[in-house]
Amino acid sequence: MNYNWNWGVFLSETPSGGTTYLAWLFEGLQWTVMLSLSAWLIALLVGFVIGVLRTVPHRGWSTLATAYVEIFRNIPLLVQLFLWYFVMPELLPEAWGMAFKQSHPLTQQFLAAMVCLGLFTAARVAEQVRAGIESLPKGQWAAGQALGFTLPQIYRYVLVPMAARIVVPPLTSEFLNIFKNSAVATTIGLIELSRQAQQLVDYTAQPYEAFIAVTVLYLAINVVVMFLMRRLEQRTRVPGFIGGGQ
Amino acid sequence: MYEFDWSSIPGALPLLAKGLMVTFEVTLTAIVVGIVWGTLLAVARLSSNKLVSFAAASYVNLFRSVPLVMVILWFYLIVPQLLRSVFGDALGDIRLASALIAFSLFEAAYYSEIIRAGIQSVARGQIAAGLALGMTYAQTMRLVVLPQAFRNMTPLLLTQAVILFQDTSLVYVIGLSDFFGTAYKVGDRDGRLVELLLFAGAIYFIISFAASQLVKRLESRYAR
Repeated sequence: MNYNWNWGVFLSETPSGGTTYLAWLFEGLQWTVMLSLSAWLIALLVGFVIGVLRTVPHRGWSTLATAYVEIFRNIPLLVQLFLWYFVMPELLPEAWGMAFKQSHPLTQQFLAAMVCLGLFTAARVAEQVRAGIESLPKGQWAAGQALGFTLPQIYRYVLVPMAARIVVPPLTSEFLNIFKNSAVATTIGLIELSRQAQQLVDYTAQPYEAFIAVTVLYLAINVVVMFLMRRLEQRTRVPGFIGGGQ
Repeated sequence: MYEFDWSSIPGALPLLAKGLMVTFEVTLTAIVVGIVWGTLLAVARLSSNKLVSFAAASYVNLFRSVPLVMVILWFYLIVPQLLRSVFGDALGDIRLASALIAFSLFEAAYYSEIIRAGIQSVARGQIAAGLALGMTYAQTMRLVVLPQAFRNMTPLLLTQAVILFQDTSLVYVIGLSDFFGTAYKVGDRDGRLVELLLFAGAIYFIISFAASQLVKRLESRYAR
């Protein structure tokens, strides 16, 4: 195999002109980060609600929450993405579907990927939140009741604040996963990192440089996220609990 | 309101079944190779030889920090060139071969983490006991530690297998006709993408849900 390495390719101009391939990569990085962060917000919000509902002493609510988790965990992410992107606009009320289809393609791709990734990850976050709440001693619940709290108050003031701190370490890995999973958005054409890697291969015929650069960027995202979450873990840990100081 | 028309599915069932077989082929290969290679990686990572354990840790961390989509694309870039330099141009579908290799090597990284935790869950005294009986380290691992470790981690390995089964749909990025790829192509061809995607989702759900319920049952049996 003789391959012509050419790292200078990143600085050469793109066919559309005006920018370099390096700028393409950073555009991809921006979309990956934006997509992942916005999906993470949805995942946290929905995940906490579903996780709490799974532990509520009310048959209907907990069944509903369990159904949510099972559905979102047992359908492949790629299939879910295609369902949001191709199927959902057809099933929505016609006016909404049309509005979606008439918006800018990038908006469509981003919205579909964000909702998909957010709700998919929410199911995983919910499982961690449920485990966190269930790991709390029963006495916490009893103490809340003894103080005359209503059910929502027990959750609001006693259980959730504790669980939120306990689940930080397991959520770190979910947070890392969301960045990796965001690469799936390449299949519907969103120009995130993986897409840009493929574009670079198509335009420059320098596949190794392109893939190595993108792989390094993913590794960099990992390192940054781990560093930030480590610091958050140190600040939020609860002494006496798993992962907390002794 | 959208009008459903499911009529293109019955005729496409043989094609879809063929796609499902490809999905299972990739899944099973990745499970078997992934567990074997993952076990070696786990043992290497726990080795007292610094260099060996560093190499294994680097492998695992590298694969675990890169998206599966990128790994599949990477191998689709490398494998055909390697295979061609070995076998010449007389090769069948390179996509399947590169998908099999990509999934096996990728899953090995995840399996090795599960297996490492399984090995570490076996009491330290067991290794000492094996060594005291005059077994070599390799014998102790193979005859004493690993059998107990695998018993402990069976549920986790199976759960990972269900995740893997779902992840194989990502071979879509290299155009391999697995179950999902076939469903997409049929839907695209007949202009019935909505129905075919819903059908594919339902089938994936049924298989994964049934499998994970089985794993749960197994788990509670083991726990007793």
